[in-house]
Order: sequence, then C-alpha cells, then structure tokens
Amino acid sequence: MNFSEVFKQSNQLCKVSPDGKYLATCVQYRLVVRDVATLQILQLYTCLDQVSHMEWSSDSQFILCAMYKRGLVQVWSLEQPDWHCKIDEGSIGLVASRWSPDGRHVLNTTEFSLRITVWSLCTKAVSYIKYPKACQKGLDFSRDGCYMALAERRDCKDYVSIFVCDDWHLLRHFETETQDLAGVEWSPNGCVLAVWESCLEYKVLLYSLDGRLLSTYSAYEWSLGIKSVSWSPSSQFLAIGSYDEMVRILNHITWKTVAQFQHPSSINNTKAVVYKEVEKRPAVSEDLSIHNISMGSTLFSTQSKCTVYYPPTLNRAHFLQSERVRCRVLCADSMASVVWVWDMQKMSLAAVLEQTAPVRCFQWDPRQARLAMCTGNNKLYLWSPAGCVAVQVPAEGGFQVQSLSWHSSGDSLILLGKDHLCLCYMETEQEDK
Amino acid sequence: CGFRISPREPCTYIKDSDSSPVEYRASPQRLLTQSTLHRNSILSSFCTEENVQECLFHITQELASLGLSPVGTGCERHSELDVVAVLNCMNDLIQLHRRELRTLENMEVEQLKSNSSIDYLQITSTQLKEQLELSKRENTGLLERERQLQLKVKSLENHLKNEKEESEHNMIFSLSCKNFRILLRTELAKSKVEQHLWKTDKTEARHEGEMYKTLLNDYDNRQRELLLENAELKKVLENMKKDMVSILKTKKTKEESDDEDIFDATKERVELFSDDAREKLTNGIRLQWRKLKSHVERLDNQASLVDISARSNKDSVSRETHEEEMHKLRLEIQQCKDYIRMQQQLLQRQLSSPCDEEVTSLLNNCYMQQEKERLKGDWKTLEEQRKIFDRERGNFTEAAIRLSHERKVFEENRALWLKHQFLNSSPFPDSSKPQISRLGRKVTARQISFCAVTLQCHLVYRLKYSQVPVVRWANQKIIFNRLCSHTVV
Repeated sequence: MNFSEVFKQSNQLCKVSPDGKYLATCVQYRLVVRDVATLQILQLYTCLDQVSHMEWSSDSQFILCAMYKRGLVQVWSLEQPDWHCKIDEGSIGLVASRWSPDGRHVLNTTEFSLRITVWSLCTKAVSYIKYPKACQKGLDFSRDGCYMALAERRDCKDYVSIFVCDDWHLLRHFETETQDLAGVEWSPNGCVLAVWESCLEYKVLLYSLDGRLLSTYSAYEWSLGIKSVSWSPSSQFLAIGSYDEMVRILNHITWKTVAQFQHPSSINNTKAVVYKEVEKRPAVSEDLSIHNISMGSTLFSTQSKCTVYYPPTLNRAHFLQSERVRCRVLCADSMASVVWVWDMQKMSLAAVLEQTAPVRCFQWDPRQARLAMCTGNNKLYLWSPAGCVAVQVPAEGGFQVQSLSWHSSGDSLILLGKDHLCLCYMETEQEDK
Repeated sequence: CGFRISPREPCTYIKDSDSSPVEYRASPQRLLTQSTLHRNSILSSFCTEENVQECLFHITQELASLGLSPVGTGCERHSELDVVAVLNCMNDLIQLHRRELRTLENMEVEQLKSNSSIDYLQITSTQLKEQLELSKRENTGLLERERQLQLKVKSLENHLKNEKEESEHNMIFSLSCKNFRILLRTELAKSKVEQHLWKTDKTEARHEGEMYKTLLNDYDNRQRELLLENAELKKVLENMKKDMVSILKTKKTKEESDDEDIFDATKERVELFSDDAREKLTNGIRLQWRKLKSHVERLDNQASLVDISARSNKDSVSRETHEEEMHKLRLEIQQCKDYIRMQQQLLQRQLSSPCDEEVTSLLNNCYMQQEKERLKGDWKTLEEQRKIFDRERGNFTEAAIRLSHERKVFEENRALWLKHQFLNSSPFPDSSKPQISRLGRKVTARQISFCAVTLQCHLVYRLKYSQVPVVRWANQKIIFNRLCSHTVV
C-alpha cells in the first residue's frame, strides 16, 4: 500500500472523473485537474468565487463548479481550456446544482426550492420545473440515465414526476400516498421506484416505471421510521434501515421481508467474526507504523457483551455495489462506532467491526468484497472476508481522515482530511494482513 | 478751528514746539455748538498780561508761516496790535478756517464716500468670495460628474468589448457543440443527445413505447428466472420420488399396486407443465413419502423388538451385527462397482487406442491374464458368499418347516386347551385343576410365542429371501397374545 504526498483542497471537494483518468480538486477558488497516475497538474482553472460544489459530467469532458453565494455556476472543458461557460441564476439564488446523466444539461435548484432550472449547454434552451420538493433526496436519475424522478409538493400534497431525460418531457405525474415524502430512489434496473416517508412514519411505497403502485410496506406504526434505503445491485433486494436499530430486507417478487437483521449489543452467533480495535500503548521507541486490529475470539458460545452504546445517528445500509464478486454479496451497516457486515447468501452475520471512535465514512470497493472506513483519526481501516487491517496514513503533521472514496477501478483510495487530500494506492494482492 | 472737548472723552493733543494749536477733528455740527468758554479757556491760557509781546510775536510768526500779513505794528519788544490788521487777520483766519472746514468737510465726505465704497467693496468682495466658493464647488461637482461619466464610458466600452468577445466565443462554442454532438452520435454510448425536437404526439408515443418496453423486458427476465427455478425444483422433486420408489420397491404388498401408476406419471415428462401433471407429481411424492415414513417406523418397531429379545438368544442375530454385515456388504458392492467401472474404462481405452498389434496382443494377453485371475478370485468370493447364502437359506427353510410343525402342534394344543377350557369352565373358580392346566398352557403358549419371535427374527434378517407372509404371522401373534392375557386373568 503506497501513499502519495499530501495536497491541499478545500470544502472536501475532490472527485475522480468517471473514466478514472483525472482527479479534480478545488483549492479556494481554483480548480485543479490532475492525472490520477502521476498526480501531475494538467489544467488549472480560476473561478469567480470560492467553489461550493464541484461535479464531473458523465463523459468526463466537463466539470461544473457552483458558487452558491454568488448564484453562479461555471462549466469548464477539459479538451478546450479556453472555452468557458457561466450560468447566472441572478437574484433568485442557488441552492444546489448538478449534471444531467447525458452531461449536457445543468440542473440548478433555486433558493427555497422555488424551481429547478434546466440549462442546456448545446441548444442554450432553458426549461423550468416548478414546485420541486426540498427533502432528503428529492431527485434521482435512473442508472441508465433515461429517466428522472422528481418529488413535488403542490397544495400540501406529494407528487412524483417522471421525466424523460432526452428532452425533459414529462412522462408520468402521480400523487403518492405519503404525508411527507422524504426521498425517491430508482432500482438499478430502472423499473421500480422506491418512495419513502419521512422518519415520523414507517412507510415505503414501490411504484413501477409507469406509475402504478406495486406495493406498500410498513413494518410498524407509531414510532420513528425509516433512516435510509438502499437497493442491491441486482435489484433483487431492498434494504431499509430504520430507527428501531434493525435492517429489513425485502425481495423484489413479493415485496415482503426476506430477512431482518438486528444490531444487538450482545452477539450469539458462532459463525460471525468480531474485530475490535484496541489502542496499543505506544512503545518506548515511539516508532509505530501500523496498528493492527486484534481479533476478538471468533466463537461466542455464550452471550458475551460488547458494551457499545448506539445513538441513532448513523444507520446506513450500503450494499456491495458490484456483483462481480465471486463469493458473496454483502451488506454493511454502521451504528456509531460499530460496523456490521451480513452475508446475503446465507442471510447471516458475517463480521462485526468495533472501532474506538464513531465511524465517519465507509464505502465498498467497486470491484471486490473489500470495505474501507475511517473514523476521523489518522488511520484507514480495510476489511475483507479474509481479514482486517488498520493502516496509519504517513503524513507529517498528522492527517485526520474525514472521508474517503474509492477509485472506480478499485486500485486506489482517495482520503480527504480537513484541508488536505491524500491518495492511497492498493497493492495488486487482494488480502493484506 | 473747532474744538470739541468733552471731559469724558480722552483727548490727546500734541503741543508742538512751534506750538501750533492742536486741531481736533470735529463734526461740522459740533462746531456750531462750540461754546466760547472752551475757546476762551485755551486762549486764556495762551496769552496773559505778562507775555503779550511774546504772544504777539508768536502770533506774527504764525501768521507769517501761514502767509498772512502781520497783525502787530511796531518793533519786537513793543509792538502794538493793529486792530485793522488784526481784524483782517482774523477775517483771513476765519476765511481760512472756513476753507479748512470746507475742505475738512469735503474730506470727511470723501472719507465717508470712500468708507462706504470700501464697505461696498467689502460686501462685493465677500459676495464675490461666496460666489467664487460656489462656483468652485460647482466646478468640483462638475469635475466629479465628468469623472463618473468617464468611468461609465469606460465600463460601457469594456462591456461592449466583452459582448463582442462573447458573441465570438458563442460562435466558436456552438461550432464546438456541433462537434461534440457529432462525436456523441458516433459513440456507442447510451447517452441520447438529439436535436431539439418539437413535442409532438409521435415523441410522446415513442417515450411511452420505450418505457413499456423496458418494463416488459424486466418482466420477461423475471419470468425466465422463475421458470428456470421452477424447472430445477421439479427435477429435484422427481429425483426424490424416484429414490423413494426404489427404496420402497422391495416391499410387495397389495398396497404397492399403484407403483405402476407413479412410474407412468414420471415417464410422461412432456406433460409436466399442465396442472394435472403437477398435481400428480406432488400427490405422488406425498404418497411415497408417507409410505416411506410408515415403513421406516415399522422397521424401527421391529428393530426395537429384536433388541429386546436379541441379547438372550445366541442363535439370533443382533441388530448391530446385522447392520455391520449390511455395511460390509454395501462396501463390497461399491468396491465391485468401482472395479467394474475401471475395467470398462480400460477396455474402452484399449479399444480406442491405436497401438502395435504385437504390443496390443501382448498387453491384451497380460490384461487377460490379470483379468482372469481377478475373475477367478471374484468367482471364489462370490461362490463363498453364495454358499453362505444357501446355507442360510437352508437354515431358514428348516426354521420355516420347524415353525410349521410347531404351529401345527400349537394349533392342536390350542384346540385341546380350548376344548378343555370349555369343558372345565364352571361358574365357581377351581383352584387346583385350572391352575396347573393354565400353567401348562401358559408354558406352551410362551414357548410357542418364543419360537414365533425367534422365527420372526430370522425372517427379519432374511427379508429378501423370505416367502412367509410375515404380516399375517405378526397379526396372529397379536391375537394369540391377547387371548393368553385374557385367559391368565
């Protein structure tokens, strides 16, 4: 595992292009584009103000930089550095900005979510979408980029509009049976839309692409409901994480639960492997390069206590994104400082990783069953079914890892600190202990 | 000259050596109101009776300096005043005085005039100053405006320049966009950037069509997966059924007559997709499973019974040894099968491999020898086994014959006993006779039952070769036991 040198960045804006060749970072009001392999600066662009949001287009040709305070969006081209484009929303303000899946339209959400403006870079046409809803996830594009689902709110009722991304033609517009819609998400095959309520009520509605209600699922009433929702890559399962500290998995044929996973404070499972992070006392020589996680006993025959307190802040279900994994599909979920990994083929707990600090970010390797996570200290933790390892980031002056993201090839990781970023290149061998 | 002396005003006068009297500036008005007293006071102080001559001389000098004729006649010491001259002199003086006054007035007027003109000038100057300031302010204001306007002009010029540049860029951009569009069209990617089409019914219909196509594809995929799953499960069920049937095949009772039906159903693979066939399959499996279950239960019961009586009987074969032997036999069978397979493989290989004829014949000979020897060995073992089986069969048949004999005896005894019973039955229970007979009967009954049990053990052991209907025997035993228990009471 090799670490690159540390570069400056601001606002945690650092993204790899979708084709995996370039790395774009924002430093104050400058946009720096580097080559991923050599980390040499290829392009340098200057924006008009400090950049709030930065995003690559899907074909890796353009980068959009949004400055929310000024209400400006600037688009830069990699092929033609002289070309520039400036979109000014004016007095109506700007709250969010994103690309469309074809990489030729920019969607700006104005202040107070009054409207969404669709700017076309090719035809210079402008379209407006009225009454978008400001919620946890009000807009989602299907994975093939054909359709866009948008949550709307008119006359105190929730609606969902499905647009065709070709020409922003409204395909379907229907009312949902929700009190306060919190989010929409397409299944990876683009045929089913999951719509869930705000956390005051546990309700998930599943709509077909043509607007028919396929099924409704509600696990319980009169308690805080859904925290997060995640589809499996094959669209066969839908994982729902809720405030009762359980994850429920629905199957795509009957839309009923296939499994319910709990997060108990004591584990009574002889097949799960528990990893517990133990802070080693520093040796006299003060020469520590790698802290290894000590393996807890692998067999818990009697009920043993892992005394962990679970404040319901983090409960995200993350499915393994790629199904090219030979062995199994895994589901990882985190609660405070513990990460749970379940095997979906056996529907049982595979591993529990207990950290000393709350887990800030975890993400699956896009190519294989490997989970990377960070807890805000200077270490990077990796788990795979073969084992677990903790690596200290070698940077002078300490590097607190706040978040991380994988490169699309699974060969490298981008670690983001408060003001700096660092790249970590993985070795070609899969398991390192 | 007029004097104005007021006791309050400070007055300063300079007394010259020439002693010209002081001339006070006085207003013409005041001149008229001058009292002679004042004059006289000064005059009186100037000339007294003692210094008349000096005064006269002084005055003459004064007059001379003024250009007037002298007033006194006479010499220096004793000069006398010439009245006429004095009067003339006075007149002249008065004229002079008047003239002076006039000039003074004129001068005063002039002074006033000049004062007023000064004032006026001052006023005008202040006014002009104010005006100047105002104009200065205006000037600065104008300058400021000019500057601002200049700035504006500059900014407008810049704006104009930018607009020009932008329009140029837009031209380039639209051109480059066209290039991009061309590039995108030539790509095989899924991104659908098309020309801006008017929203017509055609496009709407197209979109709807595409949406439904996606949905249908999804449903097709799902259905295919389900079909595959279904087919696999059906295969598994069928295999299970076959296995169960083969396990239960050995039992030949009247209840097994629907074996043929089940076999027929399994052969008709083509019709498995109809409801009928599905029902047949599931029902068949359920039936087979029930039979298997009952069979296993029965075996368990029999085995438990055997266990109870096995320990005391030496001839009987215990369940463990029976199982061991079965296991051994199975192993042997497996080994034989493997051996046969290997042989077949070798044979095939030999047949397919092109070798030398000599070598092949030699090899064949070798193989033949080996095979012959192996066969001989196998035959031997098989013969031994056959002998064992025959022996056992012989034993069994003997046991069967014995059993039939014993049965006959038993039947006779039973008949006798029944007759006896009937004859001896009386309303009053007799202690001596029935007991002995009962005991005897009991003994024989027990003996018979014992024999029956042992025989059954043999039967269980040689299940495959048995010809005796065991079930009927078991039923008879049950009935007999019941009878015995009834009589014992």
